[in-house]
Amino acid sequence: MMRAAIAALVVLGALTSGFVWRSTVSAATAPGHAMCFANRSAAHHATPVADAPNQVVIDNFIFGPAELHVPPGTEVVWINRDDEPHTVVSAADQPLFKSPPLDTNEKFAFVFKQPGRYPYFCSIHPRMRGVIVVP
Amino acid sequence: MDGDAQNPTRRKLLQCMAVAGAGTLWTVSGGVPSPFRLGFGGEAHAAAPAGDFAFLQISDSHIGFHGDANPDAGATLQEAVGRIAQLPQRPAMILHTGDVSHTSKEEQFAVAEDVLKTAGLDIHYVPGEHDTIGDNGAAFFARFAKGVKTGGWYSFDQGGVHFVALVNVVNLKANGLGRLGPAQLEWLEKDLKGKSASTPVVVYAHMPLWPVYPDWGWGTEDATKAFTYMKRFGSVTVLNGHIHQVVQKIEGNLSFHTAMSTAYPQPAPGQGSGPGPLKLPTEQLGAALGIRSLDYRPGQPGVAIADRNLAT
Repeated sequence: MMRAAIAALVVLGALTSGFVWRSTVSAATAPGHAMCFANRSAAHHATPVADAPNQVVIDNFIFGPAELHVPPGTEVVWINRDDEPHTVVSAADQPLFKSPPLDTNEKFAFVFKQPGRYPYFCSIHPRMRGVIVVP
Repeated sequence: MDGDAQNPTRRKLLQCMAVAGAGTLWTVSGGVPSPFRLGFGGEAHAAAPAGDFAFLQISDSHIGFHGDANPDAGATLQEAVGRIAQLPQRPAMILHTGDVSHTSKEEQFAVAEDVLKTAGLDIHYVPGEHDTIGDNGAAFFARFAKGVKTGGWYSFDQGGVHFVALVNVVNLKANGLGRLGPAQLEWLEKDLKGKSASTPVVVYAHMPLWPVYPDWGWGTEDATKAFTYMKRFGSVTVLNGHIHQVVQKIEGNLSFHTAMSTAYPQPAPGQGSGPGPLKLPTEQLGAALGIRSLDYRPGQPGVAIADRNLAT
């Protein structure tokens, strides 16, 4: 329902301003629309907290901790707490590790043997990034 | 610019019509959409005169999704397919704009194919990023786009319209957005080169080709180049999925339209803490899901679009 309301406003925005997205923002946040728009919580981007050592939790499209330091030979485990599937893919030119799709509560593990800095990302949502650091 | 504030009556009308779940049909003429018919659900049979070329867009079926936002994405896809019989004119074919599956599994593709088959229509697919996990779409293309060249993009002509299918969900780069890549862009330039500027063009791809909300990855990083090849045409209609809601933008003769999902809604751009599935009260889910019918009438400059949710 909310989606449909926004859609109509967006098209109306196009009619009047020619620039849809700005119009959507102003319309959706303007006072006096309580009838048609549910209250929305303010945006927050809390980094998820791992509940075990050497673990990275994926929650709300964020790897947490974003940077994890582990000694050589450590097995790092990623767990996906989102409703959305994610992947854990090495961002190196020659990818060192690449998980299958992790659905809700699925895990992926990789052992970091050599010292180094290992950036990775989610290949489905490439804005999601993290790094494992092995001193 | 908040031009619509100067026209509260029309805004209110559209707003409350939308809340009531009614459909709206828009014609795009000279780049500017105009309302074609209101109360689409009740007056559906008057909407498309014979002789028009009608087709359908279905998007984001996400077969395999079992989250709180929709415990049965197969059932809602079946419901969406069932709506085709209620359309004022039987569509000639369907465009599926990706995320057929939730996690690229063969069994998810198989279920989706079985359900979509019941429409009894030709279906042209492009993959979403959920369809290409792990194999860059090999399994997807083998099932849904047999015979297309490496990369998965293609074009065809039907009903007087030139259709271009683009793939912007593979080989994504860390911190990037959707991506077409140089090989596809080169192909696109050649593909459009031979076409008359008066040919209506419909481009479809999964991720939005324009930056709807890059912070959530809702855009395509190298689409600007593609637009330079499209700008000489009188009418280019760009259809996308990915964001599970209708957002539209007009830029010159290019009009951009994202579609509803048949599986679950997502938050409006930037609203809330992230783009994850949006859980609505059960009775509101149908109004947030839907299909899109499109209609081209020879001699008209563009394509008329009607988004139809599953609650009406």
